[in-house]
Amino acid sequence: MPRLWIMGTEMDYTPQEIMVAAAAREIRDGEIVFTGMRLPLIAFALAKQMHAPNAVGLFECGLVRDTPAPELLYTMADPPNIAGALWATRMINMMGLLQRGAVDLGFIGGAELDRFGNLNTSYLGNPESPKTKLPGSGGAADIASLSRRFVVIMAHEKRRLVERVDYITSPGFGDGQGWRERVGLRHGGPSAIITTLCVLGFEAAMGEAVLRSYHPGQSVASVRAETGWDLRVAEDVRETASPTAEELTIIRRYDPQGFWTR
Amino acid sequence: MSKIMTMCDAVARFVPHGSSVVMGAALESLIPFAAGHEIIRRRVCDLTLIGPISDILFDQLIGAGCVRKVIAAWVGNVSAGLGHNYRRACEQGIPHRLEVIDHSNFTISLSLLAGGLGAPFIPTYSLLGTDIPRTNPAFRQSISPIGGEKILLVLSLQPDVAILHVQRSDENGNAHAWGSLGISEEAALASQRIIIVAEEVVPHQIIVSDPNRVLAPSFKVCAVVHEPGGAHPSPVQGYYNRDHEYYHEYHRATRTVEGNAEWMGKWVAEVKDRSGYLQKLGQERRQGLQLKEHRYAAPVDYGY
Repeated sequence: MPRLWIMGTEMDYTPQEIMVAAAAREIRDGEIVFTGMRLPLIAFALAKQMHAPNAVGLFECGLVRDTPAPELLYTMADPPNIAGALWATRMINMMGLLQRGAVDLGFIGGAELDRFGNLNTSYLGNPESPKTKLPGSGGAADIASLSRRFVVIMAHEKRRLVERVDYITSPGFGDGQGWRERVGLRHGGPSAIITTLCVLGFEAAMGEAVLRSYHPGQSVASVRAETGWDLRVAEDVRETASPTAEELTIIRRYDPQGFWTR
Repeated sequence: MSKIMTMCDAVARFVPHGSSVVMGAALESLIPFAAGHEIIRRRVCDLTLIGPISDILFDQLIGAGCVRKVIAAWVGNVSAGLGHNYRRACEQGIPHRLEVIDHSNFTISLSLLAGGLGAPFIPTYSLLGTDIPRTNPAFRQSISPIGGEKILLVLSLQPDVAILHVQRSDENGNAHAWGSLGISEEAALASQRIIIVAEEVVPHQIIVSDPNRVLAPSFKVCAVVHEPGGAHPSPVQGYYNRDHEYYHEYHRATRTVEGNAEWMGKWVAEVKDRSGYLQKLGQERRQGLQLKEHRYAAPVDYGY
């Protein structure tokens, strides 16, 4: 991800920091949240300390927590995440909760995304002889299939935000309206895409991404220019709220070396 | 009967060429790196690797040319990014071509759960509409005979051997593991045999004092290897922390084929066994991974 500093009016922050703040705001108090790798680990900690003290975190390695880990996590199975957990168990129990419909919100990352919110983290080009072999699904395809809604966090580049992905690893709204129901997915779908430049939302009826807000320093035009399809713009499009001083303090206390956020 | 043996013997006897092997079943912790490195040193080939996410261990075995097929949800380096060896094998056939059978974390769990249950398949609603069934012939799109809705059948998998790193075991393979366990239990029950790699070998009485903490029945265990530090750089709860920097060093070092050969030489080929590896790692680095404090669980009463 780019490591540019955004010049705010009161405070400087990185694209990763505004992404963490935006991701945390997607978590509502009391929700059961399937917490993905990297930035969502920090977003969960931030949301818990700001507006969602009753949120509960599920980690696919087999952990449930109602308090953020006391230290920065490099992976979800790091020892500080296990100590003090509400439950340390098998992965299949986490996936069972997901399939049973108990998970309100899941976070996933993406390498390639299309206008209907489908994600590819498997193959660029033909799977038989791929141009690029990406790591694969992990739990992302399950989260996208089975959570009540999911949020994607990714770098915004024209080559990554494409008209149609080469391969659907994690299902968004397929080819649009009614697709999820048609293929047998019972609920869910993407609710927000948080990128280094903006936040995209979805019009449920259409299943297509719309520009909800652009980060400070960006504009509707600059985001559209970096997007590989003719991106629709929400009527009430606005600037993404900058992280507050309090949010930045919490993020930096949690990631003092800036491992994930610089 | 004691099943204690060296890693060298355990791999020689129970991981022959062409085996299907589950490793890294606990996800990012308890990864049996010492076993993987012994497999590389013995030049075992044509392996089928099975696991959920395989944080750099699968990448190493692929780069060393030990692997013919990967059945997994994810292969790479969790905190540092892509696995260079995995990419080179899939994109350029270096060191040779690899067959990839794609899963998600849920479906790999279900296929091993089915294997452990002796069931032919387990249905799920996950992955419907995705392209993953296109690159995994062991899925069947189907219709539920009960409700008539679309389902995906995940066929069972019964690997030859599961290699599981644990905190402690007795010499017969009654093993205690704690922390997040991922698919360790499913892997143990689905496989024909289990190799237990333990930080500590303890008296039988310690294990049976807490039977709820036992991972799997010891009659499936074929070997117990006492290998302190055998999971480094992955963490073992209550024993040592994760060596995050090591994953980054590996990521940087293996960017090229030559760099990978150099890394393999340094950390695998040129060390005789795990104790040689730990010596190379050095006292200072190992101290940096030590626990900052103990956090003992309260004892439980099995009295009657």
